[in-house]
Amino acid sequence: MARAAVLGRLTWLVAEVVDVVPETPRVKTIAFDVPPWPGHLPGQHVDVRLTAEDGYQAQRSYSIASAPDGSRVELTVERIDDGEVSPYLADELQPGDQIELRGPVGGYFVWEPSRGGPLLLVAGGSGVVPLMAMLRRRAAADSNVEATLLYSSRSWEDVIYRDELDRLSGDGLSVVHTLTRSQPAGWQGYSRRVDADLLREVGPAAVQRPQVYVCGPTPFVEAVAEGLVALGHEPQAIKTERFGPTGG
Amino acid sequence: MNGLMLDGNAVAGLLQEIFAVEMTTAVGTCDGCGASEAVGAVHVYRGAGIVLRCPHCDNALVKIVTDDARVWIDFRGVRTLELDV
Repeated sequence: MARAAVLGRLTWLVAEVVDVVPETPRVKTIAFDVPPWPGHLPGQHVDVRLTAEDGYQAQRSYSIASAPDGSRVELTVERIDDGEVSPYLADELQPGDQIELRGPVGGYFVWEPSRGGPLLLVAGGSGVVPLMAMLRRRAAADSNVEATLLYSSRSWEDVIYRDELDRLSGDGLSVVHTLTRSQPAGWQGYSRRVDADLLREVGPAAVQRPQVYVCGPTPFVEAVAEGLVALGHEPQAIKTERFGPTGG
Repeated sequence: MNGLMLDGNAVAGLLQEIFAVEMTTAVGTCDGCGASEAVGAVHVYRGAGIVLRCPHCDNALVKIVTDDARVWIDFRGVRTLELDV
């Protein structure tokens, strides 16, 4: 399964939209049925290709949000206002529509329950998507690997998968939010940017040798990785996935 | 640090298209400083083409330019590349 998921020449597959779920005002999850889907590992992504009537093509890479589940593949897309692809995916797609995708791709930024833990996941904004695939897989496998998700969002309304994360908490999973721009009235949680001090308060200590996955905008990932190294985490144990400001 | 910088995961699809195997877990050794890193961990810059840079010394490891029908790859910055077979 693992090898089947990562080896072989890539071909474009037709994916049919089966469901569209709003997550936040700017983010939607789109569920596709991709009949010949070979399966994937949590953390892998797909390339999406759109073709205009005049033949112009635009291509983007999106993390897979769902745990492996037959031919169903879910992508969670943040709408970038001046983007070329994300406004179409987030605003236009309806059940029954078809697009092209290929994958799964990537084998570096992946985690499976068999890899053990403890697990430290650090997300900035929609960087939570591939980490959610890992947590969904962890839950589906009834894994008791100790896991911490430290999730930075601008506001409570911007927290993707908020209710599901609440449900998944417990059973060895600790979910810690920090809201960096605005906080709801009475907010008792963190409202700071993620830095070494916050990582020290929240995460497993370096001596516990956690496997660390960090995903978010490039400056976020840089700051978190620097903080982790300053706390003594092995650079080899820190896997990062950056997305640029023009992911669109 | 550059806000436009991505990492090797961002070109996983392109590299798999070229090499027909998963490449982000391949380990490359930089010809500039000798450091070894998984391709998924190297820095990636996109412009007219794609440049993969060593995260330790910033040496240009690989340059890739594509058009509709061809791919040009300059591998001069990589000393060795180690992959599972």
